Amino acid sequence: MKVGVLGLQGAVREHVRALGRLGVETRVVKTVSAFDSLDGLILPGGESTTMSLLAQGGLLEELRRLSAAGFPMFGTCAGMILLANEIAGRKEPILGGIDIAVARNASGRQVDSFETVLEVEGIGSDVPAVFIRAPYVTRVGPSVRVLARHQGVAVMARQGKMLVASFHPELTEDLRIHRYFVGMI
Amino acid sequence: MVEKGTYRVKSGLAEMLKGGVIMDVTTAEQARIAEDAGAVAVMALERVPADIRAQGGVARMADPSKVREIQKAVSIPVMAKARIGHFVEAQVLQALEVDYIDESEVLTPADPEFHINKWTFTVPFVCGARDLGEACRRIAEGAAMIRTKGEPGTGNVVEAVRHMRRVNQQIRAVLDAPEEELMSIGKELGAPHSILLAIRDAGRLPVVNFAAGGIATPADAAMMMQLGCDGIFVGSGVFKSSDPAGRARAIVQATTHFEDADLIARVSENLGEAMAGIEIATIPEHEKMQTRGR
Repeated sequence: MKVGVLGLQGAVREHVRALGRLGVETRVVKTVSAFDSLDGLILPGGESTTMSLLAQGGLLEELRRLSAAGFPMFGTCAGMILLANEIAGRKEPILGGIDIAVARNASGRQVDSFETVLEVEGIGSDVPAVFIRAPYVTRVGPSVRVLARHQGVAVMARQGKMLVASFHPELTEDLRIHRYFVGMI
Repeated sequence: MVEKGTYRVKSGLAEMLKGGVIMDVTTAEQARIAEDAGAVAVMALERVPADIRAQGGVARMADPSKVREIQKAVSIPVMAKARIGHFVEAQVLQALEVDYIDESEVLTPADPEFHINKWTFTVPFVCGARDLGEACRRIAEGAAMIRTKGEPGTGNVVEAVRHMRRVNQQIRAVLDAPEEELMSIGKELGAPHSILLAIRDAGRLPVVNFAAGGIATPADAAMMMQLGCDGIFVGSGVFKSSDPAGRARAIVQATTHFEDADLIARVSENLGEAMAGIEIATIPEHEKMQTRGR
């Protein structure tokens, strides 16, 4: 199995490290040609506006084609924004693929960033989670399964082979969420 | 249980900026140009380093109304500079809810000896360093991100290269040394032993290290990335050039695709005039910004 990590910008090496610790082969993906023979893709945290600008052209089209085809993808924070079907203040999704609506940075500025422990369905009740200028899920479609909530709001969800989290499992030493995604592939 | 302002939350934001470009801006309009070009964050300030250098006088934290205006204009993180040691400027910037504070040698130092105790803040700090000892001292004071100092406002990348190479050479020495030599290495570098242990643990600096000071072209940015930095600060290089939007886009592209010389060639075409540069040797010693702080 080989899992790609979108490498335009952001927490790329943390995801590569987490997958490596699980014994999964990884490849950093910056161009269309790097998609060959991948089984899944992680869209890391970073700045979603920057990533969408950098992806413009062939890369964006390829990512849209894959997400529409149900290719296994895991988006964390900015990656969740890329995969959301609706983004507050934008007419179009960036890639789309999971039927949720998100508001960017709606959890506040950096002074409001925080860490906590979550109960995640199918994983455990003690999963560490780091939220950094996190996006906020404002709507969850009927075919989306919410796997974790924080103060009542969905922070991790799944639809088919598409997984999203508004926090950063890659910033902790806990590998359970990465293992869960690898198990989905 | 919800914990704010932890070191993981502070250094975590810097991790999210990796591979990106942070641009100095002095107006809301410039901030929008930077965001539209793909900047991962902007640095709000009163004057860019080249103007501070040219105009002289005491350079201070930006007017809070300027910071607010820039925060309103963009959705990417907004950073702002405080003077070295000026903990009240930092308190004010925290009250304004900036996303990162740069305790910066570009402004006139407020304390001749000491830096801010950054552990007492919820907002994270980035600090400049010319060598590993300086980087480790800043980290021990609570900085969650490091950048090279370079020589700001010169459009001359040579000092940033010097500082990045030096830090990387010194990290290699720390990683290669037998355990019993570490205390003496720390003493020579002026680096706290605990931070050297953290470097050995991580195999690298325990926080993100960006390049700053004198970066003016896409090739400058890509060279700093190939030298092993995690991302780029561009100060005067964008808005002191003849085509800020075009140059900003090109520097962002070159930072992401820093190993793709064909792409760097393409984005470097027809960018117009880069900022006028300054030869470092012509700057009198007392006008150098990199020697501020210790």
